[in-house]
Amino acid sequence: MLKPVSRCGDKLMTITVWLAVALVVGLFLWMLADLAVHGIAKLNGTFLFSAPESSGREGGIGTILVSTLLILAVALAAAIPLGFGTAVFLSEYTRRGGPAARLIGMSLDVLAGVPSIVFGLFGNALFCVWLGFGFSILSGGLTLACMMLPIFIRATESGLSAVPADWRLGAAALGLTRAATLWRVLLPAAAPAMTAGLMLSTGRALAETAALIFTSGYVDRMPGSLFDSGRALAVHIYDLSMNVTGGDASAYGAALVLVVLLLVINAAASNLSHRLLGGRTIAS
Amino acid sequence: MIWSANSISSPSRADAWLARLLGAVALAVAVLLGLVLAFLSKESWPVLRDGGWAHFFRDDGWFPASGQFNLLPMLWATLAASIGALAIAVPLGLLSAVFSRFYAPPWLVAPVRQVMALLAGIPSVVYGFWGLTVIVPLIAAWEPPGASLLAGMLILALMVLPTVALTGEAALAAVPASYLRGAAALGLDRKGMVLRVALPAARHGILAGALLAAARALGETMALLMVAGNVVQTPGSLFDPVRALTANIALEMAYAEGNHRAGLFASGLLLMAMVTLLTWLAARGGGRSHA
Repeated sequence: MLKPVSRCGDKLMTITVWLAVALVVGLFLWMLADLAVHGIAKLNGTFLFSAPESSGREGGIGTILVSTLLILAVALAAAIPLGFGTAVFLSEYTRRGGPAARLIGMSLDVLAGVPSIVFGLFGNALFCVWLGFGFSILSGGLTLACMMLPIFIRATESGLSAVPADWRLGAAALGLTRAATLWRVLLPAAAPAMTAGLMLSTGRALAETAALIFTSGYVDRMPGSLFDSGRALAVHIYDLSMNVTGGDASAYGAALVLVVLLLVINAAASNLSHRLLGGRTIAS
Repeated sequence: MIWSANSISSPSRADAWLARLLGAVALAVAVLLGLVLAFLSKESWPVLRDGGWAHFFRDDGWFPASGQFNLLPMLWATLAASIGALAIAVPLGLLSAVFSRFYAPPWLVAPVRQVMALLAGIPSVVYGFWGLTVIVPLIAAWEPPGASLLAGMLILALMVLPTVALTGEAALAAVPASYLRGAAALGLDRKGMVLRVALPAARHGILAGALLAAARALGETMALLMVAGNVVQTPGSLFDPVRALTANIALEMAYAEGNHRAGLFASGLLLMAMVTLLTWLAARGGGRSHA
């Protein structure tokens, strides 16, 4: 690193820069500490596994966690086939800068930037009203799948493109069909990138509130089926803090659970992608 | 069982089907954006057809029950919160990026970047909750009611700061080392090198990052809903409670019907247009290499 000659204005700049970073890191640590201090009391088995009582002031988040898991499962079940298929199409069946690739790429880039509340409106209009699912875990999960697609497709496609062309040529030389090449050669090779993309998308899905409020609803009972309304963890935190007086203690507990979950998932995802970019060979 | 082809040049039947299936899937995904636009337009058609966009800017106020749909107060609130947030987040984020690249001792670079990445992953509802329990009472102690435009700006700034910092860091990393060596050779101190050489060289990437942050700020719902006060009024001072366009949709969608619902969908379309414009500008601006 370069260290040119220091002078007076230079020292001022150095102090400013260090102060700025200290401020940002300090705010982050303040937020985490606040959550941890107020929420740690709630982190026990009863909180995690029992149902909310008295609108969530008492009891736990057990049913909420189940609903969140179901919504996530629906979202993944919809996003993985669609995302993987599109990524394979983009990397194997179209030219890199060709019209199809550009159209899909542009569409995905715009989708990635659309605000989550707009996705909530779209999900409400398409899944709840037009398809008639009403406020349900299915509607919520499908809306989240639409939001997860851009991230997942980009990650999978970059994983597939990173596979050397030699491997595809070798498979062809051995007489494999393209389907077999895909299943036996490319998919295992791109699996780490896919997993990283999946984890990032899951992280985004778990953090979603606005898209779920009017697609999967507010009901905090244990859902009986995918067509039942269910409340996701993020929505529960929102409801407890804004609509329920005295709900702050439970909200802190729920927020701590959510943040810890997300930190773990995002850390694992970035770990995985750093290992990919860190020069490891694709062969396992 | 591994399927094998009879010949390399002619696809087997399984392959032909696979190609068709994948093409259909990709088409469905490509069409998704069109679907979003179509449904938003369909739902907002009743109010767009009756008076057109003029409704949203010339009515008496936002009184949906009486058919008045003036969006302007909320639009101003959204813009004010976003601009204020950017005014705080862009300098702080850039300073963090400069720190990571030029001032940090080697052992501190990775932890600071990790903190930024973790900040980026925290849900907006948690930011809003923390703002509601910590920041709003602090502001209320200074000047009631606390839930105000200022609180919205501060929380929003904290949320978009990681975007600015991470993209700024990437842009600074892309500055050729020869520029920096040249600066050292000319006898510039570190401040001079950063302010006069590195930042100007990275300005396209930094601008792209700022535009992406702006897009994120415009689209943010939950945090503003929770800390900004939710009163429909044009902000007169930093301490006025305001309602953002996004928060408005979230609040009223639950009971909106007919034209009211159509009006909310129309405001969704407006948001989508603004954010798409910013994202497009960011993609165009960031693509150019440093001059």
